[in-house]
Amino acid sequence: MRSVSVDLNNDSSLLIDIPDALCERDKVKFTVHTKTTLNSFQKPEFSVPRQHEDFIWLHDTLVETEEYAGLIIPPAPPKPDFEGPREKMHKLGEGESTMTKEEYAKMKQELEAEYLAVFKKTVQVHEIFLQRLSSHPVFSKDRNFQIFLEYDQDLSVRRKNAKEFFGGFFKNMVKSADEVLISGIKDVDEFFEQEKTFLLDYFSKIKDATAKAEKMTRSHKNVADDYIHISATVILHTGVPRKVEGRVASDQELKLTELLRYYMRDIQAAKDLLYRRARALADYENSNKALDKARLKSKDIPQAEENQRQCLQKFDKLSESGKQELTSFKGRRVVAFRKNLIEMAELEIKHAKVRIKSAVCSEHNLFTHN
Amino acid sequence: MAASSERSPPPFPESEEQELEPDLEDEDSDEGADIFTGGMLSDVVMDPPLPTSASEPAKDIFSDAPADSFNDPLNKTSAEPEKTESTGLSKAQVVSLVDKAADDEDLFSDPLGESEDVSAEVHKASQNDVVSKADLFGDDDEEDLFKEPLGAVTKKPQVPLFTEEPNDIFTEAKAGSKAPSDLFTEETFTAPSAAAAAKPSVNTGSKTNGLHSDEEDLFAEATVELSLDSPHNDKRKREAAKPSVPASTLSSSASTSKPQPKTLEELEEEENEDKFDLNISVTNPEKVGDGMNAYMAYKVSTQTTLSMFRSKQFVVRRRFSDFLGLYEKLSEKHAQNGYIVPPPPEKSILGMTKVKVGKEDPSSAEFVERRRAALERYLQRVVCHPSLLQDPDVREFLEKEELPRAVGTQALSGAGFLKMINKATDAVSKMTIKMNESDVWFEEKLQEVESEDQQLRKLHAMVDSLVIHRKELSMNTAMFAKSVAMLGSSEDNTALSRALSQLAEVEDRIEQLHQDQASNDFFIFAELLADYIRLLGAVRACFDQRMKAWQRWQDAQNMLQKKRETEAKLLWANKPDKLQQAKDEIVEWEAKVSQYERDFERVSATVRKEVIRYEKEKTRDFKKQIIRYLESLLQSQQQLIKYWEAFLPEAKAIA
Repeated sequence: MRSVSVDLNNDSSLLIDIPDALCERDKVKFTVHTKTTLNSFQKPEFSVPRQHEDFIWLHDTLVETEEYAGLIIPPAPPKPDFEGPREKMHKLGEGESTMTKEEYAKMKQELEAEYLAVFKKTVQVHEIFLQRLSSHPVFSKDRNFQIFLEYDQDLSVRRKNAKEFFGGFFKNMVKSADEVLISGIKDVDEFFEQEKTFLLDYFSKIKDATAKAEKMTRSHKNVADDYIHISATVILHTGVPRKVEGRVASDQELKLTELLRYYMRDIQAAKDLLYRRARALADYENSNKALDKARLKSKDIPQAEENQRQCLQKFDKLSESGKQELTSFKGRRVVAFRKNLIEMAELEIKHAKVRIKSAVCSEHNLFTHN
Repeated sequence: MAASSERSPPPFPESEEQELEPDLEDEDSDEGADIFTGGMLSDVVMDPPLPTSASEPAKDIFSDAPADSFNDPLNKTSAEPEKTESTGLSKAQVVSLVDKAADDEDLFSDPLGESEDVSAEVHKASQNDVVSKADLFGDDDEEDLFKEPLGAVTKKPQVPLFTEEPNDIFTEAKAGSKAPSDLFTEETFTAPSAAAAAKPSVNTGSKTNGLHSDEEDLFAEATVELSLDSPHNDKRKREAAKPSVPASTLSSSASTSKPQPKTLEELEEEENEDKFDLNISVTNPEKVGDGMNAYMAYKVSTQTTLSMFRSKQFVVRRRFSDFLGLYEKLSEKHAQNGYIVPPPPEKSILGMTKVKVGKEDPSSAEFVERRRAALERYLQRVVCHPSLLQDPDVREFLEKEELPRAVGTQALSGAGFLKMINKATDAVSKMTIKMNESDVWFEEKLQEVESEDQQLRKLHAMVDSLVIHRKELSMNTAMFAKSVAMLGSSEDNTALSRALSQLAEVEDRIEQLHQDQASNDFFIFAELLADYIRLLGAVRACFDQRMKAWQRWQDAQNMLQKKRETEAKLLWANKPDKLQQAKDEIVEWEAKVSQYERDFERVSATVRKEVIRYEKEKTRDFKKQIIRYLESLLQSQQQLIKYWEAFLPEAKAIA
């Protein structure tokens, strides 16, 4: 299950997992299970029901907390999306009459498997979000996080209304515009300057790779679907099981695409951190200018000085924690890539072997039957 | 061997046959004695100790044909006006008779008083003489053979054809080549020639045996071809002889030889015999000419040990329309008899235009390769067919240096347009024919064929989409490989960066793998299906031919019914002057009805045989191709494992 982020739970003082999830129409209810030795919790072990919106709320509160500006806030899990498989299921139901019985059964089986894979994936990303928080020295002590884990009633988080939604949208726009403006400013610190260019570059590449990987898995899935149809028709001649191709598609998606997608979001988070730092830097420089102006006019000098000092402090703090975070992010990324690549290679090998076996088997069948 | 020896008189009771049975028995011996002046041949025919089953078909002919030819003419005399109809038929008969005589040299060696041992010798001799014999029959056209009129035998000037032939054949044989005279001593030789000469002359009267002249030609040709076959290839000879058997079936009104199709096993056994030593490959597609007049020429190389070809190895260049022309010729000749004539790949204006215009386009290269492979499979199918292989056009196609330009194969030409109209009228008449099927086998098979057609079409569409999707996959994999490579280049952890570029390489190779697999999907699987969809069209066409034959028979029956009614009316009206004419007409139509019925039976038998042959071939083809396909899958998967296994340590090396 913990394929994306590795060894997040080496610290056993706070262990979180989602052992169970329930899908009710559009809503998915996760059971968040916590095991802890920290005395800030009332009990050592407890489970609470949480919905996707609760996770988003938690993420938003973390983002809005001023003190965390210098930290990479783990990306929020994406909204559960069962539309794809569900729509396919619907289509399948409509097309039932045009297919043979075996074909239908096979397609259904395949869709169920796909649905399950999507479901598992959804649970996984939510779990990882919490695990990232719990393994972080600062976030694990966050009040809201603890409430999220412990409060055994419905959090009844107010859903974002349309205005807020658009507000958020607008904020994003402003942010990205600001980002563009600020990105032109040369950083004073060599490390951050490097990190910035690296991340920007890396982000665009990984975004590209993710898109391509998604495309690849999708076409892989198409091939697999074709095989289902063909094998159902060919079954008259041979009876060759060719299901494995489908498995590969979902596995591949789970491994590679998920990894890339996750890190794309993670990098986004890291970029956000850099943005916040850059913002702070800009603020600092602005305050410097303000101070100069004040000095020039010999007016409000103490106030400006105070402001400048604060900005500098904030910037320094951000820089320091940012440096730390980025370094750890790098290590984490490498470890995660390693683990996933190994797993993917192993899976590919396993599936190829299964396919070989089935091909040999059906060839044997052919020889004996006809 | 077993097959042909089992080719026993059928259980199928024909009304006429029963009537004729006594005649047959009576006359058989008499006639034989009459015909083969010395009575030697009658001995041969009746000779039971002859061990080879090769005597069987010969017996058919000798016992049936004479009986037949003498039945009718003796009763009816040669006063009948419709000679032309029977012309070619008797020709066929004669030729087949001669062939038989030539082939089954045992027959003739026996009466000479030679023992079995000697016959072996003769056999040997015949092997040596194969070529000369082939020359005799092969090089001269039929016209040549039947050129000289033999006035003595015939009194009917409008029937010049068959009067000449026997004499011609044998005189030529005597004069031109030593071979036959080697085989059969003079006396024996004259005997059959006399027999042959005698027969057609009597046959002139047998209008009941009349066939449509075009069909006759066909049979005559087919049987002439037979003689080209080397006698030492016993198996093949017998097979080759098969087409002649229906011919003789037709010619004998008793039609004892085989109106009833053989049982399934028998047919299957026969099929097992066709092992042709004939390899055909189509290679080196080459663009000839420029612009819109350009065309592709292919090298058609043949390798064979069949003696019907002039050499063991030969190469000709053919263009696509030549292939189409071959098909046109073959289908014109054979389709109406219920044969499944393998169809060539379709003309593709779009594809060809691309080839003509485009220089080095991968898609046009693929098109050419695809067509080349399809043409090769097409030719292989043609020569695999025992009857089509015997066709002179096939031989000409494979052997002849220059072929007359095939006309009427252009899709947009006037001929093409005419063909389209013909097809349309055919389709309309097909819809209007309501055939109440008498044979369950055909009904079931036709249904099977139709559902198979549907299924194959469906499967073909699926495989097509598989190919498209796999190509997409390969494209996407390539793109992914590129972007992973980029990612690797900007990764600052060295080990990870290396692993990523390795991954990019792996994905690159996998892309190639997918591409190869896609072309395998296409060439092995999709093309097989496309071939069979086309072939199924030919199978259906042969069912249609059977239906047409049936329709003709029914029409003739209706006509006969009408004539009878007219006769009754005339009787009633008491008009004796017209009565005679009506009676004549009835006789004429009765003959036609029985003729068409036999046609129908013959076509049915052929269709049945062909369908069984087709099914066997299909199973074999599919099995072969699927195994090939699975093997290609296997290989690509093994390759995949190799790639990933090589990658694994790289991934593990990431620190």
